[in-house]
Amino acid sequence: MTESSRRHLLAVSDLTADDALRILDTARALERSLDREMKKLPTLRGRLVVNLFYESSTRTLSSFELAAKRLSADTMVLRASGSSVDKGESLRDTALTLAAYDPDVIVIRHPHIGAPQLVAGATTAHVVNAGDGKHQHPTQALLDLHTIREALGRLEGVTVAIVGDVLHSRVARSLVEALLLVGAEPVLVGPPTLLPRGIEALGASVSHTVDAVADAEVVYVLRMQAERMEAAYVPSLREYTELYGITPERVGAGQVVMHPGPMNRGVEIDPRVADSGASLVTTQVRSGLVVRMAVLYDLLTAPGPTLVLPAVAEIA
Amino acid sequence: MLACRGGRGDTLTLRARLVDPGLGIDEPAVVTVEDGVVTAVERASTAPGSLIVAPAFVDPHVHLRTPGREDEETIASGTEAAAAGGYCAIVAMPNTDPVVDTPAVLQALVEQAHAEAVVPTGFTAAISKGQRGEELTEMAALAAAGALAFTDDGRPVASAGLMRRALAYSAVAARPLALHCEEPTLSAGGQMHEGAVAAELGLAGWPSVAESLMVGRDLALAAYEARPVHLQHLSARESVDAVRRARASGVRVSAEATPHHLCATDEIVRTLDANVKMNPPLRTEDHRRALVEGLLDGTIDCVATDHAPHARHEKDVPFEEAPFGVTGLETAFGALNTYLVKTGEVPLPTLLERLSAGPARALGLPVPRVAVGERANLVLLDLDAEWTVREEGFRSRSANSWLLGRALVGAVVKTVADGRVVHAA
Repeated sequence: MTESSRRHLLAVSDLTADDALRILDTARALERSLDREMKKLPTLRGRLVVNLFYESSTRTLSSFELAAKRLSADTMVLRASGSSVDKGESLRDTALTLAAYDPDVIVIRHPHIGAPQLVAGATTAHVVNAGDGKHQHPTQALLDLHTIREALGRLEGVTVAIVGDVLHSRVARSLVEALLLVGAEPVLVGPPTLLPRGIEALGASVSHTVDAVADAEVVYVLRMQAERMEAAYVPSLREYTELYGITPERVGAGQVVMHPGPMNRGVEIDPRVADSGASLVTTQVRSGLVVRMAVLYDLLTAPGPTLVLPAVAEIA
Repeated sequence: MLACRGGRGDTLTLRARLVDPGLGIDEPAVVTVEDGVVTAVERASTAPGSLIVAPAFVDPHVHLRTPGREDEETIASGTEAAAAGGYCAIVAMPNTDPVVDTPAVLQALVEQAHAEAVVPTGFTAAISKGQRGEELTEMAALAAAGALAFTDDGRPVASAGLMRRALAYSAVAARPLALHCEEPTLSAGGQMHEGAVAAELGLAGWPSVAESLMVGRDLALAAYEARPVHLQHLSARESVDAVRRARASGVRVSAEATPHHLCATDEIVRTLDANVKMNPPLRTEDHRRALVEGLLDGTIDCVATDHAPHARHEKDVPFEEAPFGVTGLETAFGALNTYLVKTGEVPLPTLLERLSAGPARALGLPVPRVAVGERANLVLLDLDAEWTVREEGFRSRSANSWLLGRALVGAVVKTVADGRVVHAA
């Protein structure tokens, strides 16, 4: 297979609506396998998945690791600290070094935009972007779509209010594109200083008041970091919480609440909301596993029919 | 003021369509050069194909990376690139290592240019010591050592107070200031133009107002001190508007735009190719149109390449880690002909004027003319020659061109600088 015909998942824009729905269908099928006693599938036996993480991450890394293992792939983790990266090795050289092991998939998280593209150009592996700077986090967007679809039974026409620091959020950027791709309706809510200028061009509507949340079926809460105060994006976390924090009073009957984690309880989300029946936060983590399994499966098999699970006897 | 290798003038005859906008000539002609001097310009009935002979180009804004980064460019390689681009004079920026802020550093450069420059080369010196924006350089001594102008290019003079003093004191040196206009607290961290594409990519924005606010400040100070200023690499509509207004009210201001800002927009940043990362950044089509309008009405009187060589390994990194800057000397005419002349946006004579006489006047250099008795500074162009920009084709030591892989129409066939043939394709 030539380099150019390798499929990657670098950004949501790499996907058509059909691609996204095919991956979600696979995830749905895989989710059933998680209920079995024997959770491991032989599908990717003998394949190598490398997790190349230049940023600390708990849930994304553990999710990719477990996803690959559940599909019987070999896995390897490389972290920026304690590796040759510490010694000043360039990303291209690290990618070339890894390429010598002939990995099937390289999953990369990097603090800088464009790092996954660079790795995709330097190796023949399929590359999955697990977050690059403030740019993209496409598997997060897919797991959020999966969570919404399983909770509400549909995606088309679903209204999703994304609340908070959109400016610094790769999660928000990817999610907006993914929602638009499948016909859902994102609304961005936050102070003007934390909404990127020109973001409306993506196709989302924008509101500066939390009232806009009331009309949404899904309230998607973004992490609010304390350092935003220092750069004068907001005057104080207290005022932010007052104006945009998601409290029980701001969540209506029938609304569901999501958060990509890690949560700052008492800042962007009230603990009573986080722990309520409306919260889908732990569902998102479970979705993360099956969606990443589905993405690995999709990249390593020809695009086409949804996964048919082998019979239990075959697995054993 | 300009330095280059010595040598005998050449003798040659060029038969082509002669376009000298300054002399109002546009007709087939035979130009004769003997021992480096134009000895005859005769009208001809026809000229072959798509060949044009015109005054050679002057680039007011080049980074030769010498001293300090000779792995990226030397005076020899940079002037060879200039010759291949049709230039008969270039002006180097002082943001080197060390910074050109003392007569000793400047004199060493001038001597080096006498030894190795293929094309006459002028030098600028810093406005502030070390370009730190704190204390003024010894402008009179630097002017005496050959500084054509003063600039902290690469970074702005953040302090309005220091800028005012620099403007006032520049009268003593009798040289203009060339200004890189950027309000640093607005552009801080910026990776590309602030707008829809940056919002989508998640790259930190470098808003157009960060430039135009500083343009406004510097024009106000130039008016107040009644001193000339040269504004470098303008990128924003509001900046062009401000220059137009200031000039109408009597401020002595000249202004540059680069081929990349005139030809491209921030849409191409979607590739995340570090070779489209430059400062100021590429902006939207509306800003690009404003620059072209400025070029047409003369508000922007110079095309400047802002040729900024970078080592391959320093650009071959994720977009956000890459340094700002692209090369431009060898592609300027091809790009401008392809994207502005062939598309009908800019008439050829206007472009040729802004590539030659405009920048020469702005920096007080002799204006190249195709006239009997003048030292020959000529360029022979083929308007229809097609070529593809390739990494291996450059004379420059660096290949960080935003045009790599693109097909261009229009090539430099021959360059005559200071009476000598310095390039022949």
